[in-house]
Amino acid sequence: MSDKRKKLQVSALKNGTVLDHIPSEHTFHVIKILGLENSKNPIYIGNHLESNKLGRKGIIKISDKYFAKDEINKISLVAPKATLIEIKDYEVISKTQVEIPEHIEKIVKCFNPKCVTNNQNVETKFTVITDHHGRMKLKCHYCEKTMAKENIEFL
Amino acid sequence: MINLKNRSLISITDYSKEEILKVLDIAKDFEADPRQRILTGHVIASLFFEPSTRTRLSFESAVQYMGGSIIGFASADTSSQRKGESLKDTILTVSNYSDLIIMRNPMDGSARFASEVAKVPIINAGDGANQHPTQCLLDLYSIQKTQGTLDNLHIALVGDLKYGRTVHSLVQALSMFNTTFHLVSPESLKLPSAVKIYIKNAGLEYYQYTELSDVIPKADIIYMTRVQQERFPDPLEYEKVKNAYILENSMLDGSKENLRILHPLPRVNEISEDVDDNPKAYYFQQARNGVYVRQALIAAILGLKE
Repeated sequence: MSDKRKKLQVSALKNGTVLDHIPSEHTFHVIKILGLENSKNPIYIGNHLESNKLGRKGIIKISDKYFAKDEINKISLVAPKATLIEIKDYEVISKTQVEIPEHIEKIVKCFNPKCVTNNQNVETKFTVITDHHGRMKLKCHYCEKTMAKENIEFL
Repeated sequence: MINLKNRSLISITDYSKEEILKVLDIAKDFEADPRQRILTGHVIASLFFEPSTRTRLSFESAVQYMGGSIIGFASADTSSQRKGESLKDTILTVSNYSDLIIMRNPMDGSARFASEVAKVPIINAGDGANQHPTQCLLDLYSIQKTQGTLDNLHIALVGDLKYGRTVHSLVQALSMFNTTFHLVSPESLKLPSAVKIYIKNAGLEYYQYTELSDVIPKADIIYMTRVQQERFPDPLEYEKVKNAYILENSMLDGSKENLRILHPLPRVNEISEDVDDNPKAYYFQQARNGVYVRQALIAAILGLKE
């Protein structure tokens, strides 16, 4: 694909956000996590597109919408290498890599049914850690249990 | 400068090595003279949302030796939780009536949450399957007292290493003291990797065994825990291993002179009664040490001992 074509794909929005480099299997998770299912903004979704980085990737373009940092934090749990491109008046105004934050608050449910956060009105807090195999895990601030990525459930 | 004043103790990892040693130091002082009436005029709340014999009585004894008063309840049935009050409201209310709250609650993480809403410090006396830091401190005190040091020891942890919270806290704490760990458990009850990581991060060694007899000649401390039948998905699996984790007096032939046997209690059958008269048995003195350690902790948190 030529550079020109690539640029066109990304710049097709007048105003809005492009989320690129989403692992294909998580494209629809990202839509769900960001609550885009209920959005009235025009949305373009591409999936299983060729990618040098990921093999196959998903891409989401949302018109007239910009995300706050904590909203974007949510997607880093399933799409840690995603790129966030903000567009204003057909121009790319920022291109940033989504980063896994050190702490995750409020957005994820603790997988331990006995955790105080699942039994009282307490907002969840997790520390993001890496185990000795290099896998990302969330450690609950309260019950101190460590949750693997596949157990993550969003609130 | 070590200052434990007004700080809650929720998890043993809340304390540094120096802070742990400080509490153990103060505990020695209480062992020499438990009846130091320094808590006169203080009110300590003891909130036990689930029953406990040893821990509750040991805390209450600690407070009363020091001349303090105790308020509270010994089960959730007698608290307003039964009327549906939230933990937050109970803690905020009791904060108004006391200088310090000792709490046991069946919810994992409840103690950390309580410490975030309370206006007075909290001592965690067990939050579900999560942490029980005062048990850990009394274990450390017992090890230090019997071995003369906490450093460079060979410590065998035996039994249910997967679910036992006292074992997990002890591993976390001992990882600060250059311990060599000997881990003895059935295949299905091995120490979880989330706990092993403390050993690895400290650059220490651990060895895993399925036979108790293999570690007896090597150990300075054998810390026994109960292997509970209900932890086994397959009852046949339990039948196969249950006798492998029973310590009998005859097995102690050839053990080190300085070896001491510890157990958090209650014991069921994992230490045969014929061990009780062996001078290497230390589990009942260990329970006594719980009073001194809890006195030390309360005194330090209230700023009455430095």
